[in-house]
Amino acid sequence: MTHMEPHKSFERGAAAEAAPGITRIDVDAVSSKESRALYTSRQKIYPKLAHGTFRSVKWIVMLVTLGIYYLLPWIRWDRGPTLPDQAFLLDFANQRLYFGPIEIWAQELYFITGILVISALALFLVTALAGRMWCGYACPQTVWTDLMILVERFWQGDRNARMRLDKAPWTFEKIWKKTATHVSWLLIALATGGVLVFYFRDAPTLAMELVTGEAPLVAYVFMGIFTFTTYLLGGIAREQVCIYMCPWPRIQAAMYDSESLLVSYRGYRGEPRGPHKKGQPWENRGDCIDCKACVAVCPMGIDIRDGQQLECIQCALCIDACDEIMGKVDRPYGLIGYDTFRNIEAASESDRAPVRLLRPRLLVYSGLIALVMALMAWAWIVRSVVEISVIPDRNPLYVVLSDGGIRNGYTIKVLNKTHEARTFQLGIDGVPDFHASIVGFEAPDAPLVVEPDALRAFKVYVSVPHGAVSKLGAAATPLTLTVKDLASGDAVIRETTFRSPGP
Amino acid sequence: MAGHKEYDAATGAETTGHVWDGDIKELNKPLPKWWLYVLYATIVWSIGYWILYPAWPLAEDYTRGMLGYSQRNVVAQEIADAKQTQAPFLEAIANKSVEDVRGDANLMEFVRRGGAAQFANNCAPCHGSGAQGFKGYPNLNDDDWIWGGTVEAIENTIRFGIRSDHASTHQGVMPRFGIDGLLDRAQISDVAEFVLSLSGKSEDAEKAERGSVVFAEQCAACHGADGKGMVEMGAPNLADAIWLYGGRKQDVVESVHGGRSGMMPAWEGRIDPVAIRMLAIYVHSLGGGE
Repeated sequence: MTHMEPHKSFERGAAAEAAPGITRIDVDAVSSKESRALYTSRQKIYPKLAHGTFRSVKWIVMLVTLGIYYLLPWIRWDRGPTLPDQAFLLDFANQRLYFGPIEIWAQELYFITGILVISALALFLVTALAGRMWCGYACPQTVWTDLMILVERFWQGDRNARMRLDKAPWTFEKIWKKTATHVSWLLIALATGGVLVFYFRDAPTLAMELVTGEAPLVAYVFMGIFTFTTYLLGGIAREQVCIYMCPWPRIQAAMYDSESLLVSYRGYRGEPRGPHKKGQPWENRGDCIDCKACVAVCPMGIDIRDGQQLECIQCALCIDACDEIMGKVDRPYGLIGYDTFRNIEAASESDRAPVRLLRPRLLVYSGLIALVMALMAWAWIVRSVVEISVIPDRNPLYVVLSDGGIRNGYTIKVLNKTHEARTFQLGIDGVPDFHASIVGFEAPDAPLVVEPDALRAFKVYVSVPHGAVSKLGAAATPLTLTVKDLASGDAVIRETTFRSPGP
Repeated sequence: MAGHKEYDAATGAETTGHVWDGDIKELNKPLPKWWLYVLYATIVWSIGYWILYPAWPLAEDYTRGMLGYSQRNVVAQEIADAKQTQAPFLEAIANKSVEDVRGDANLMEFVRRGGAAQFANNCAPCHGSGAQGFKGYPNLNDDDWIWGGTVEAIENTIRFGIRSDHASTHQGVMPRFGIDGLLDRAQISDVAEFVLSLSGKSEDAEKAERGSVVFAEQCAACHGADGKGMVEMGAPNLADAIWLYGGRKQDVVESVHGGRSGMMPAWEGRIDPVAIRMLAIYVHSLGGGE
């Protein structure tokens, strides 16, 4: 393995000071221009713990997102005795999605499509507005990796301690610390995979089944898969998932514009960088004391001072790290901060311009989100809880009866999505002097009961007697079937055709 | 190059020793580790697979594997499971009366679907996939039944067949009036005209009048004096709108001249009695059952 020697602007030394009382951290960006040029083996990153506003925000986001993930399947929602009482449940066996009062059947999956379209557009909007907010704060890869690093830090200490431990020989201390870390990771991974399966089956029941070994094999298989992938992606692979596996970094650069707020190093303020000696004036030099605190905290192993890079997930931890240093050397905060391309390229503070929010791409994304939401709301409002379809017989199209009359057959399917039985009555209109019958019923106007949550098919025969066949006029005569809900009086009208040999 | 390792000056990486165009050397870069490990894992997996599952072909047999897995057994098990699921339904159909079966919506749904499957397997080649029939093969959707249209009559027809080799088969032969010289050409033409007149299709009243005499002598014994047929003889109704062999004059002449004796095999012994009953109820439910 060859190690690419990165460019160094000055001599490296253990005792180097960036400013009085501030040690220059002995770190080089793992992901840099040089490392992208040719194949190099992965260099392990040891992210240092940051303190500050954004770190706190990220802790809160982690708590909320993990809280939702682990607790959501346990929330109950009463839907009556025949239906599951889990607030969020993807019931594959019965092809339903339950979410609180919402119940989506398999054939209504377009609602899910709508949610996905809105999610994608919201992602575009946020990216145009403030860069990779999703990657930096809310992506499961980021959240779980953060959690895994937290655990690693708990057992092995912060950056320096971890580096020392990795270099140290395999002593008893190293073995137990490493073992504890990996066991903790596996337990977190097991909990992650374990909770995932609860989204697909009543959580308390499945929990008991999992423990007693009575759960379906598929539950164990998926638990295993997600335990393994959580351990692998969050614990071991970490930043490599974002850099090599995820397609989003390749796309998102096309979604920025010069007004997008991105985590950036304000070069006009920071350069020329260099160590700051005690008593040295701050005029004619930059505010960056080259302490490399921003590099040490970066979970992606980049140097934000090199500008926008594919590897940067914009987690803003470098802002926290830099602000802490700026406070110590008594310079203003914000050497690294959320800023726009236009302002970063500004020659000085006075050339800066405020962010414009009324930009075409923001308006287009917002408009599209509003449009799709309105479409979804409309679809939800007009969504029918009783679905009726009429399928005319195709083979044979019509039957000639012994008296010379013509008979057509229709299958009427009534899907009752409500939780109570419904009674319907059939009405037929459109052909002359017809006689109708429903298989299994005495009369064509008999009450047709459809059980709750059920689909029932009725076979209907409509005959036109010999004397009236000549009145049909065409080989296909329009026929109207009306299915009336006897309780509400609502009628669903379905147009179909009555087939005959023709004139 | 054995024993001698060469390193590239620019990158410090080992080279393969291959040189192109005098100075271009290939770096010896390893395969990605994850890729290698996956390869090793698949090799280990395949060895386990050979031990547990059927794998290697031998001269006359193959290695069977320790799990005793066989796709034939899987299919056999699936069939057995399906039969076990169907058993309570099949038992009910065998033991209950036809009326009770038709009154039970659940059972009727089973019969309708099972009957449709049996029909597609056994009956569709002659009667058509929609039971719509062809020339010489009756349409089973209509309300015209040569051998009776009750569930019991249909069940009997399916069991014993028509002019089949079964002892209880439906018999009844339409004589070959022309070929066997029972009627001459003019008489056949006359009687055909009369048959058409029964359903109002005759265009020559005088001829039909002559034919009515022939009909009374030769045909009425089976088809009835009014031509409405006789189920006991399997003699079709000649006065309705349904024509098994065609309703044009030349079709009727052909039927009288050469006789008709279409056959249907007996299904008793070929498919089990419950399947026959399901078929009978299914055919009866197609819209024309009596």
